[in-house]
Amino acid sequence: MRHRQAIALLALAGLSIALYLWLHKIGVIGDLRCGTGDCEYVQTSAYGALFGVPVAFYGVVGYALILAVALAGLQPAFLGRRWPTRLLAALAVGGFLFTLYLTYIELFVLHAICRWCVGSAVVITAITIVAGSAVRRES
Amino acid sequence: MKRFYILLGAVAAVAAILIWRSSQPGTAGGLSSAGAPPVAFTAADSAFRGYVLGSDTAPVEVIEYADFECPYCGQFGVVQFPEIRQQLIATGRLRWRFRDFPLPNHQWSRLASHTVACADEQGKVWEAIDVVFARSSAWAQMARNPSGLFRDLMRGIGLDMGRHDACMDSQRYAGRIELSRLEGLSRNVGGTPTFFANGVELDTRRFSNSDAFTALVDSLTAGRR
Repeated sequence: MRHRQAIALLALAGLSIALYLWLHKIGVIGDLRCGTGDCEYVQTSAYGALFGVPVAFYGVVGYALILAVALAGLQPAFLGRRWPTRLLAALAVGGFLFTLYLTYIELFVLHAICRWCVGSAVVITAITIVAGSAVRRES
Repeated sequence: MKRFYILLGAVAAVAAILIWRSSQPGTAGGLSSAGAPPVAFTAADSAFRGYVLGSDTAPVEVIEYADFECPYCGQFGVVQFPEIRQQLIATGRLRWRFRDFPLPNHQWSRLASHTVACADEQGKVWEAIDVVFARSSAWAQMARNPSGLFRDLMRGIGLDMGRHDACMDSQRYAGRIELSRLEGLSRNVGGTPTFFANGVELDTRRFSNSDAFTALVDSLTAGRR
């Protein structure tokens, strides 16, 4: 149960970051508070969208799914089931691989770092680690 | 379990408040659009004759009146100008003079011009012109102020950002940008880009590529022999 709670909290943090970046991308929010990073540069690059959809929106959907599954897995009917943990692990690995690709683009193609993207990368990595260890414990 | 949901709700509330505050006008910390022409000009504004690239002894000088938000100027700057720079300017055959001509229907042109002017202060004007044109598709259509992107671009070319921010905040080059535009108007510049070679206006439709400029320089140089 603890791991699903932890994942839900992490997913909410990730969802907040992705939502912030997406709202910025669609013009709802003005300048990004990025400190020393290159958030605008990364966000407005050709890699800021995939198949015409802002990358941040994939993050919103992905984290929302993880949050929903984690919360569902905390319901009494599903607490003893293994599938929520496995589904969380699968979603986390998908998000982690996508983040690896985006981080590669930042470091080796754009040569620019968006600190919010780094924040999201830390969150999805933590979710992957928690979900992975939970799957091993439940096996 | 109840404590968990309270914690989850608290995190959601904090995130919602932070995002809501970021969406409010005046909290972004960005620069103003530098869009309003100044009411007074300084002697330095009047003395400024544009950004010059090339040898003082080059036989041909081209003056370009350009708007950073104009797609044709951007295309010319990204595709054609590097060849002109390499083949004609670097070889001492041509001198290039860049003049701002921000069009009134372009929301961010003056901000882009001012960003470039502040880069000039640190000796990186041509690097700034290159990156602002190269990324114009990203910022020109922005509904929000693109000063954050400009700032990233200027950091990317190695500007001292403390000096750059102070320059942008002061808007001290707004006057010379407006004077540059007025000078263009006095020369009947009606659109961008508009080119003058040794004082004679060129037909922009013919001078949209580097080959046309090479032929022009060849003909003007031959005429002097």
